[in-house]
Amino acid sequence: MANDKSPIVEITNLSKSYRRGSQVIPVLQDISFDIAAGEFLALMGPSGSGKSTLLNLIAGIDKADTGTIRVGGIDITTLSETELAEWRGANVGFIFQFYNLMPVLTAYENVELPLLLTSLSRKERREHVEMVLDVVGLSDRMDHNPSQLSGGQQQRVAIARAIVTDSAILVADEPTGDLDRVSAEDILSLMDRLVHEFGKTIIMVTHDPRAAEKAHIIRHLEKGVLTA
Amino acid sequence: MFFLKLIIRNAFRHKLRSFLTVLGVAIAILAFGLLRTLVGLWYLGVEQSSASRLVTRNAISLVFTLPISYKDRIRQVPGVKSVSWGNWFGGIYIDEKNFFPNFAVEPRSYLDLYPEFVLAPMERDAFIHDRRGAVAGRKLAAKYGWKVGDLLTLRGTIFPGQWEFVLRGIYRGAQKSTDETQFFFNWEYLNETLKRTVPRRADQAGFYMIGVTNPELAAEVSQAVDSTFRNSLAETLTETEKAFQLSFVSMTEAIMIAIKIVSYVVIVIIMVVAANTMAMTARERIAEYATLKTLGFGARHIAGIVFGESIVIAMTGGVVGVILTFPAAHWIETELSQFFPVFGVSPLTIYLDMLAALIVGVVASVFPTWRGATIRIADGLRRIG
Repeated sequence: MANDKSPIVEITNLSKSYRRGSQVIPVLQDISFDIAAGEFLALMGPSGSGKSTLLNLIAGIDKADTGTIRVGGIDITTLSETELAEWRGANVGFIFQFYNLMPVLTAYENVELPLLLTSLSRKERREHVEMVLDVVGLSDRMDHNPSQLSGGQQQRVAIARAIVTDSAILVADEPTGDLDRVSAEDILSLMDRLVHEFGKTIIMVTHDPRAAEKAHIIRHLEKGVLTA
Repeated sequence: MFFLKLIIRNAFRHKLRSFLTVLGVAIAILAFGLLRTLVGLWYLGVEQSSASRLVTRNAISLVFTLPISYKDRIRQVPGVKSVSWGNWFGGIYIDEKNFFPNFAVEPRSYLDLYPEFVLAPMERDAFIHDRRGAVAGRKLAAKYGWKVGDLLTLRGTIFPGQWEFVLRGIYRGAQKSTDETQFFFNWEYLNETLKRTVPRRADQAGFYMIGVTNPELAAEVSQAVDSTFRNSLAETLTETEKAFQLSFVSMTEAIMIAIKIVSYVVIVIIMVVAANTMAMTARERIAEYATLKTLGFGARHIAGIVFGESIVIAMTGGVVGVILTFPAAHWIETELSQFFPVFGVSPLTIYLDMLAALIVGVVASVFPTWRGATIRIADGLRRIG
């Protein structure tokens, strides 16, 4: 069920293509839609439909060819690379399919990473990290390396890392893609909790219909065009 | 501190790969240091030469001798303070592989001219007064277990026969760099034996050593000595001891240049190996660099991490290489003393070793740093799984 809050993400006439040699391959074609604050949106579609590309554009890790993307009122398509990096660190939390934790850092240190770019003191960083690890239920694992954690636990660490800066939006690219059913359910419940208890806005790309069921809104992409 | 922790942990993440890379750098630095030391030591004889000593030899070739009667005429040349003489003996101790320099010298004047060969007064007197007396350097004596009073036999090559000596003294070098592997015996023993056996070879000196009153007179005295014997049957060539030593060194200049080149090639090789290792590592970690960029870290952070890792590995190898250089140099000095009587590693060599390691780290990091810093996030994340 969609929220009636004002949009936090506004996408207008967005297009993106890739060049392969002399060929130009359109990936997204004239996409326009909004995402309300506190919404849990699932993006679905066949492989190659442009879901991950759209997610990357919203997250500011890729640049569109044409169109605008406003996140929290800021048109991120006008930001330079440096500004975009700074903006991402403060406003976007990432949850990847394969967790993308630093293998040589502990769970604590992985979660602390985004805070190193802030002006928080060590003590303040510790408070933030311990708090989010508690939210994801991994306080007793903070000194473990990723290799000592299960897939589900690693994804929870990744979620903790994504929320530690209290970012405006969370983007999740197949967050349950590498997990068994039980772990996947755990992660989806956690994400649901983040939306309902903490008011997070989540944009999730998924192939998994069970994952999509948790979302408020499902949008379908096909050949770079929104079909629903 | 956090990034330093990340860099160090990353550097040793793949333990076997890191160990082998560090070992490779260490061996390269060790080889570089030893080769540089070898080149430096080649010129050590030149550097150790005294400014107030001249060498007079037969102008045609060192192979030819000079009459012993020249000593008195040389003494008359203005600027000459003292004269000594000797012959390269070239004797063999037991086996050809036991090579060490051995000379017949006029003991008193020779020891006066070479104060860097330090002998106890009693031993010095014993050597001077015993016709069959001989003196050996400390390292030489230690190598063969000689003690004062031992009877030693050398098999003559230039002067055939079995030559017996009594070791009357063991000298130590006044400086660490003084050669302690030489063997001297009394010139009179050689001369008297030659008078009995091969009279035509008697009363001949292979070289004269001349002490000058003032080093600044070296050139003038050299010319004066050679003028004295111009147009004689045995014309002389007199030069400073430094020039004399250089003439030997210059014969092997090409070899020294080749060794220097090899030392640089060794560094270039390890640079390439280290660069390959870093390139492999960077390729494997592209997704991590992309992830860090998504979290807001900029190109300079990524560059710092990659660069730092390369420097940590290279400098670790450098330190290990430097540490290994000392026992290696000691081994060479002990086991190969006949070739390298002195093999000390200088502070300059250590600095060059560390500089070489630093350069290896910097060069090896260039491509991976650029790659990590410039990777597009979307491209880097696409490499996951």
